[in-house]
Amino acid sequence: MASYYQKEIETASQEQIRAWQDERLVNTVNHVWNNNEYYRNKMKAAGLEPGDIRSRDDLWKLPFITKDDLREAYPFGLMSAPLSDCVRIHSTSGTTGKRVVAFYTQEDIDLWDDCCARALVAAGATPDDVCQVCYGYGLFTGGFGLNGGSQKVGCLTLPMSSGNTERQLQFMTDLGATILCCTPSYAEYLAESIEEKGMRDQIKLKAGIFGAEAWTEEMRHDIERRLGIKAYDIYGLTELSGPGVAYECEEQTGMHINEDHFIVETIDPETGMVLPEGSRGEIVFTSITKKAFPLLRYRTKDIAILKRGTCSCGRTFVKMSKPMGRSDDMLIIRGVNVFPSQIEEVLLAQGLTSNYQILVDRAGTTDSFEVRVEMTPELFSDKIDSIHKIEADIVGALKDMLGIVAKVSIVEPKSIIRSEGKAVRVIDTRKLY
Amino acid sequence: MAIRQLSVFAENKNGALYEITKSLAAARIDIRAFSIADTANFGVLRMLVKEPTKAAQVLSENGNIVSVDDVVGVKIPDIAGGLSDILRITTAKNISIAYLYAFVSRETGNAYVILRVDNNDHVEEILEAEGCTLLREEDLH
Repeated sequence: MASYYQKEIETASQEQIRAWQDERLVNTVNHVWNNNEYYRNKMKAAGLEPGDIRSRDDLWKLPFITKDDLREAYPFGLMSAPLSDCVRIHSTSGTTGKRVVAFYTQEDIDLWDDCCARALVAAGATPDDVCQVCYGYGLFTGGFGLNGGSQKVGCLTLPMSSGNTERQLQFMTDLGATILCCTPSYAEYLAESIEEKGMRDQIKLKAGIFGAEAWTEEMRHDIERRLGIKAYDIYGLTELSGPGVAYECEEQTGMHINEDHFIVETIDPETGMVLPEGSRGEIVFTSITKKAFPLLRYRTKDIAILKRGTCSCGRTFVKMSKPMGRSDDMLIIRGVNVFPSQIEEVLLAQGLTSNYQILVDRAGTTDSFEVRVEMTPELFSDKIDSIHKIEADIVGALKDMLGIVAKVSIVEPKSIIRSEGKAVRVIDTRKLY
Repeated sequence: MAIRQLSVFAENKNGALYEITKSLAAARIDIRAFSIADTANFGVLRMLVKEPTKAAQVLSENGNIVSVDDVVGVKIPDIAGGLSDILRITTAKNISIAYLYAFVSRETGNAYVILRVDNNDHVEEILEAEGCTLLREEDLH
């Protein structure tokens, strides 16, 4: 028995969705043209002016926005509302030391909260629920996003952020949490802790909303079994506000994209050509209701398949599959986006021009992250202390850059595998897709 | 006056040590003293050889990471208390020692101690003032 947060919208006809998209796309194109020099220049360079975009049929004409644009525009280049209207930023990793900064007006936040609320209601949340939000709060969008959605639904919201397992479990049991929102690997970790403490029968959870990293159907079933809940997927990016771009319904066969807020396309990552719906390709989103930081044709680099059709839940929004991979080299480690180029930048700044390799694995529930670097004559010392200091400096610099702690191992020269003359940079032995 | 010490980086991997000693043997380099500092993942080998520059070159060409550093050497009587007496001095004078190692010599009655310190000249001055006999590289080979 489906419930909806915004029924008329979530079950709107295809014609209605189309009409919203046409109108809002035109509004957004005009908005960025009038308010943002970077966009104006980008459109002019493509020989375009707002009048050329009359409906979503003209979307393909617009140039893509990528992480490179975001790096170039850092920090205010893509802000499209006056500073006085912007009330918050969130931030995520860029491909280098320049982070991505996303801006929000109060209205942007409000609409984003609506999207997350839709996800929560689709997972069965009501004002009688107690929603434990264990995504990180701060620059990361997970915490704030689900928090906002939870409050809109009217759940009692527990803004836990991540970490401090003792307290998580204490509140989970004492306050009777019924909904859990966190990364899938954190959910596994909590499940394990609950099992170890023999607390399973004290848990009142009925559903969970998990995202921010890739997870398989196998992991879903594992989480559902161990916590006794129904586990729902959620998708989003900081660049598109945060979680809530797409969300699963009780069918759990893909995530409904909030098409009144986003126009989605699938493209061939090599050529940029738009592919027919149903093809496997890179997902591209255009935000059509954001004011402070709307992105047109933003290349997510996530590979997925779109599926349009009737869903037993009654929602008419197109569904996207779980991401099946990436068209770039970005990794998500412990829920954090990591680009090998960031690591390279850190190593170069430490005076290490040597070969490096990134090893990612998941032994239990947490990702292990190791950076192996070849020793060079400049860095070598007969004193162990000095070598350890270099390792510690790299760990510190990586933590500052990425926000997570890596294990750093200095290894012998030429010990990092080269394949056909090219060093293998990333060895990721996790089974994520 | 200081003694030149050769140090080599070795990853904690099967064969790492063997490869190094094999290279030195092939170049006919005799090792007078050998010490190794180990951590979980790697070791630093420290050696006294007759031609440290040549040895460094041989190992570098073989892909090893090496360093040649000056260390302080002292002769001590090869009797109970010999090493302790040196440390009595360095402790009394507050000399910070990064590491040290000792080995027997071909000289009857004397053993040698190598000290890695921050300021070689300063430490040598102190030891000589206390009546110690400093080692010279010629004594070793």
